[in-house]
Amino acid sequence: MSNHVPLLSSKHLTCIRQDRVLFEDLNFELSAGDIIQVEGPNGVGKTSLLKILAGLSFANEGDVLYRGKNIQQQAEEYRQNLLYLGHQPGVKGELTAEENLEFSLALHGQTVADTEQTLSEVDLAGFEDVYASQLSAGQHRRIALGRLWQSTQKIWILDEPFTAIDKSGVSKLEKLFLSHIQQGGAIILTTHQDFNLIASHVTKLTLQYRFD
Amino acid sequence: MNSKPAMSYFTVLTFIIKRELTLAYRHKDDVLNPILFFIIVVTLFPLGIGPATNTLATIAPGVIWVAALLATLLSLDRIFKSDFNDGSLEQMLLSPHPTYIIVLGKVAAHWLITGLPLIFIAPVLAVSLHLDDNAYNAMMLTLLLGTPVLSFIGAIGAALTVRLKNGGVILSLLVLPLFIPVLIFATSTINTAAMNLPYQGQLAIIAALLVGAVTLAPFAISSALKVSTN
Repeated sequence: MSNHVPLLSSKHLTCIRQDRVLFEDLNFELSAGDIIQVEGPNGVGKTSLLKILAGLSFANEGDVLYRGKNIQQQAEEYRQNLLYLGHQPGVKGELTAEENLEFSLALHGQTVADTEQTLSEVDLAGFEDVYASQLSAGQHRRIALGRLWQSTQKIWILDEPFTAIDKSGVSKLEKLFLSHIQQGGAIILTTHQDFNLIASHVTKLTLQYRFD
Repeated sequence: MNSKPAMSYFTVLTFIIKRELTLAYRHKDDVLNPILFFIIVVTLFPLGIGPATNTLATIAPGVIWVAALLATLLSLDRIFKSDFNDGSLEQMLLSPHPTYIIVLGKVAAHWLITGLPLIFIAPVLAVSLHLDDNAYNAMMLTLLLGTPVLSFIGAIGAALTVRLKNGGVILSLLVLPLFIPVLIFATSTINTAAMNLPYQGQLAIIAALLVGAVTLAPFAISSALKVSTN
């Protein structure tokens, strides 16, 4: 295809935090069917990169393009096709597991349905009406991850999605990732874990410390 | 793929407000604190100054409004802090719904929780301050129009300081000067009413401040939140 436009691409991205250059002139493309794993030591700028890609923070130089157009110029359309899960799961202790999921679905303009089904997918069946403040860190993350099962968004940006998730949960997620890219989605994520199921689909993007 | 979000702006607004009210209902101390503060401050004045009717009636508008202002200030920190800490704020900023609507919902809920109760409590407390009989309507109206302005202006400060660990002092310094016009016009409205003079002029200025705050403050708050989460 000569007219191939990637879902998400970065052009000459530079990020400077506290006088330290985290990355400079970073170019990559994320097309339908891709999984990119951003790796590198702690503090190298993985989260900063994902936040810039999501449009939550700004790069010092360079652009992020969604289907060839700058994400800031078409923020609403981009956000409809973006699912970002950050370091914090965004789960409220005062709400029950089900209310949390319903809120995040509604917040992202999705119809609220089948939340019980989704919660059982993330092994939270029976916890629907329990306040999230009584659940563990891993269960908080599972509530947040529940959105992936109902996702209508093409691009997933996931910051450490496997934190505090047990082994069977990880393999379930890998299966979900696989079906997402097979349906024309794309994923960019950070993790320190190695993949089993989807290892062959993953492209690695390595960030390194810079001393200058 | 180009489908619009399934909800109208009004639905989004109500569902944000509903969520905030649920959160507040399940976390009652946070809500009761500013209201108790308001009650305590206002009732302490007659005890401290003595029961002289004239003195109390003179200071009544000022006492009620200063207490309302400080009670609002006390509650501001809460608007965005917990959402920022647990990551909900990031999700709200990434929502396909306009940030304007989401912010409007959050501030409206803040007013419903802290501003609205003050309007109902104030007349009861005003009795202990011997507020002039003619001034009750004016006092209720100034609170009704003035406290939302405090919520909106205060939310700008709260959004700017959401990232700071101990932002309370800076928040007060940022926001208090902006509260002063509301205070001046509100007390002047109540004083004018107590003298049985027409007070519509001052009230109209507070109403203008309110319209300005509702239309413009959410833009400022959205930008401030974007800077804070950057």
